[in-house]
Amino acid sequence: MSSSSNPGALTANPHPRAFHLASEDDHHPENGTLLGFWIYLMSDCLIFAALFATYAVLGTSYAGGPSQAELFKLPTVALNTSMLLLSSITYGFAMLAMAKGNKGATLVWLGITGLFGAAFIGLELQEFAELIRDGAGPQRSAFLSSFFALVGTHGLHVSVGIIWLITLMVQVGRKGLIQTNRRRLMCLSLFWHFLDVIWIGVFSFVYLIGVLR
Amino acid sequence: MSGASHAGPHGAAPDGHDVYDNEEPHGSLQDYVIGFVLSVILTAIPFWLVMAHVFKSPTVTAFSVMALAGLQIVVHMIYFLHMTPKAEGGWNMLALIFTLVLVTIALSGSMWVMYHLNVNMMPTSMMTSGSMAPGAMNGMTSPAATMTQDNKIGGNTMGPGDMGGMKMAPPASARDPRTMP
Amino acid sequence: MSISPDLAYAIFGRFNMDALPIHEPILVVTFIVVALAGVSILGALTYFRLWAYLWSEWFTSVDHKRIGVMYIFLGIVMLLRGFSDAILMRTQQAMAFGHNQGYLPAHHYDQVFSAHGVIMIFFVAMPLVTGMMNFVVPLQIGARDVAFPFLNNFSFWMTVGGAIVVMMSLFVGDFARTGWLAYPPLSDSAFSNDTGVDYYIWALQIAGVGTLLSGVNLIATIVKMRAPGMSLMKMPVFTWTALCTNVLIVAAFPVLTAVLAMLALDRYCGFHFFTGNLGGNPMMYINLIWIWGHPEVYILILPAFGIYSEIVSTFCSKRLFGYTSMVYATVVITILSYLVWLHHFFTMGSGASVNAFFGITTMVISIPTGAKMFNWLFTMYRGRIRFELPMMWTLAFMLTFAIGGMTGVMLAVPPADFVLHNSLFLVAHFHNVIIGGVLFGMFAGIDYWFPKAFGFKLDRFWGKVSFWCWVPGFYIAFMPLYLLGLMGVTRRLRHFDDPSLQIWFVIAAFGAALIACGIVAFIIQIVVSILNREALRDVDGDPWDGRTLEWSTSSPPPAYNFAFTPIVYDHDAYWDMKSHGYVRPSEGYRPIHMPKNTPAGIILAGLAVVCGVALVWYVWWLAVLSFVGLLGYAIFHTFNYHREFYIPEQEVAETEKARTLLLATRA
Repeated sequence: MSSSSNPGALTANPHPRAFHLASEDDHHPENGTLLGFWIYLMSDCLIFAALFATYAVLGTSYAGGPSQAELFKLPTVALNTSMLLLSSITYGFAMLAMAKGNKGATLVWLGITGLFGAAFIGLELQEFAELIRDGAGPQRSAFLSSFFALVGTHGLHVSVGIIWLITLMVQVGRKGLIQTNRRRLMCLSLFWHFLDVIWIGVFSFVYLIGVLR
Repeated sequence: MSGASHAGPHGAAPDGHDVYDNEEPHGSLQDYVIGFVLSVILTAIPFWLVMAHVFKSPTVTAFSVMALAGLQIVVHMIYFLHMTPKAEGGWNMLALIFTLVLVTIALSGSMWVMYHLNVNMMPTSMMTSGSMAPGAMNGMTSPAATMTQDNKIGGNTMGPGDMGGMKMAPPASARDPRTMP
Repeated sequence: MSISPDLAYAIFGRFNMDALPIHEPILVVTFIVVALAGVSILGALTYFRLWAYLWSEWFTSVDHKRIGVMYIFLGIVMLLRGFSDAILMRTQQAMAFGHNQGYLPAHHYDQVFSAHGVIMIFFVAMPLVTGMMNFVVPLQIGARDVAFPFLNNFSFWMTVGGAIVVMMSLFVGDFARTGWLAYPPLSDSAFSNDTGVDYYIWALQIAGVGTLLSGVNLIATIVKMRAPGMSLMKMPVFTWTALCTNVLIVAAFPVLTAVLAMLALDRYCGFHFFTGNLGGNPMMYINLIWIWGHPEVYILILPAFGIYSEIVSTFCSKRLFGYTSMVYATVVITILSYLVWLHHFFTMGSGASVNAFFGITTMVISIPTGAKMFNWLFTMYRGRIRFELPMMWTLAFMLTFAIGGMTGVMLAVPPADFVLHNSLFLVAHFHNVIIGGVLFGMFAGIDYWFPKAFGFKLDRFWGKVSFWCWVPGFYIAFMPLYLLGLMGVTRRLRHFDDPSLQIWFVIAAFGAALIACGIVAFIIQIVVSILNREALRDVDGDPWDGRTLEWSTSSPPPAYNFAFTPIVYDHDAYWDMKSHGYVRPSEGYRPIHMPKNTPAGIILAGLAVVCGVALVWYVWWLAVLSFVGLLGYAIFHTFNYHREFYIPEQEVAETEKARTLLLATRA
């Protein structure tokens, strides 16, 4: 097919248009990684929404078994929450150090973040172990199934975050704060804070309101 | 996933340095500290409300807890996640709002639908009288109802499929006795 | 050989030789045929020394064009499998009346209809749609690739992985006998404790990861990588529908992931989400799975709508009528698709108020689709219509989809649905819209973009044979089902007592046979086109007098798509370029930055498949090992910082100059 069809009454344009970028420096699509990761986080949000919905529907199906009021120890939850919250701010400090290009401080703050995260997971595992030992494991009732699934999924995410954090610490240690590593640290930052946001939903809706039922 | 960055074809040069710098909003120390302090306050209050039985009515407590949670989420969004309408040309905000709308639909829709299904299709659940208000946030089957659900081994004597015979068409083998092994 | 049963279980899980269906003649014959075909193909590839080529040019490629083609190839291969299931069912239903039990025992029949649905939706329709979007969108927006090319490759192989898991269930163990959505309590371990539902779960979880990441990828691509001047409201309509489709993917697939995970927890760990006891609620599964399921069907249809928009305006040589309303209609459909899901289970008992709400929203969602129909018709009005194959498929779509849509509105009325739910009327409706809408759209898209992908057109004669077998075949196969449904016949039955129904089933079987001819004709079309490729050659890259940017490239485009990023001023960017007498740049070439190929996608997906199959067979040590391997290799991969290279300026210049010369000699 000829490449110069001229539909209708269109005649040669007196002001020729530049149809091609002469130099790529004029056009740099910003890197899509952070947007892409944010969109992925939104999809993760929807996984949690499905789990929250299931908990909302099944959360009072005790099957004659124990309920939230009987099982949940709010002081432990408060401790857990503070571990996660502290880890959020220490990650923030890591990002500030990164912005200043201070590799050592970044690694220190990342390490502290990891420790708080590990403390969170440790406390949570302990809580789960106790529940299971006391006959309130996930097989006991639909309520407990949905509790373990929701809180457990959040814990899994935090665990993956810790593995990722360790990997990044190694990579930053080796290659320094190059752009690729910065981008990765920013993605992990989004991930980490996002998990804290989900935790707000968990401790409010599952633990605090659960105890009120 | 491993979350590795994947520079687009226009992105990083082979040694990992980006020619085009990412202009993402950074937090400042002040932002993080304010966010942290606000979060601590917004966490302490709901814990206190529940543990100290501040309000007589559990419904009021529940609503307060949710409201404070919502507030703290906003705090996190602004101070930790640096959410602004300008981030990524407004796409972050749009994606967030869209997600929140869907989460609301999925949560409230599920609760509304399941409430009605439970009331209509689980006859041993209570709800003999009482509020038939659709969409009641806490209108789940009460603990009393769940006692009876212990006995439903197998569970195919009731539940879905009882309404007309059409819904859960049993597998073909169940329909025709001659095909039973 | 005597190992203790405990040791055997520890090593092999629940796999044993009984899992191989050596006593089922149909499967034995199928296996022999597949094995022979497989060996011949693998043998031929080895004989012609094509493995290195396939590996380096296709399997490890991160080029969206290659990946798009591979997706479509997967879809077509799986179409053959899914259609075989359809033929099995049609022949069984045509013969099994009264004393005649047919040839398919129930145990087998139930797997056939379940596999048919799963394969057609997840491994035919989704790959075809994803492949189209992958191939076309970067070209249409003037980009060189998608935002995350490696992730693209990984997504493809995860989809293939899911397909492998499903195909494996044909020969090793059983597939699910629950229908394509595996409702509990039937799908819970109390009632389905064999491998079937587990195969189902892991195949979909693996493929689902691929699809989700693909969604993220394309959204980032469309948002970030459009050519300068291409604002959102100047994008081609196909790109708009691709954007909305991928938004739906990102928003819906997580729910599927969560639901299947919960089902897996019920089955593997004794949880009680959906069991009939200890507080479980099977209705919650149905609620959640349809929150995914309804957006899923819009994920399938929206790209097809986009394809039709492109085709109608190209083959009527006319700008698409009502661009703005098309965009708004697409966005409205995207949002509304989240408000209708309950219409899939009106009969489950949620009551009048809930049913009324969802019935109304379902009827409302047909309105923007109607708006699109009118836009296409108005585009055709006073256009100079060229009845090439893509246009023929589009016209068939308009008629067929309109009928399917109308029966959908009938089903949207809850009292009517109480009669028609789970009847053959429903089956006819969804085949009507999926075949008439999605599949015809994919055929149209394949005919339309094939020259761009391969450099030569598809043979017209065999394409028309395929068309004229498919379209009447579809009607003959499915219109009787509407009648049968209205007469009260339920879906998924393998035997009937009422002989007066038989004639309709025989007619339907005849329709299926016609469709089979259509599929054969399609395969012949491809073979003949390859053999005749010189005569069918697309020399200048613009075989249809196209309007959008992909037609400005050569056929096939160079790896980098565009030597110079285009600047866009108007809709139908390429038409605009042609009208303004654009001139190809003849100098100023620069080295072009490209991502390297990688084996990581195929390795990771392979490990995921091993993990999934190990979980199906309860081979725990292998599941753990492969999962750890997956994680380990993924982390290892992130230590590779050297993933890009430059195409040298010289090579770009040579490619571009060759094309300029070619165009000049043709003009």
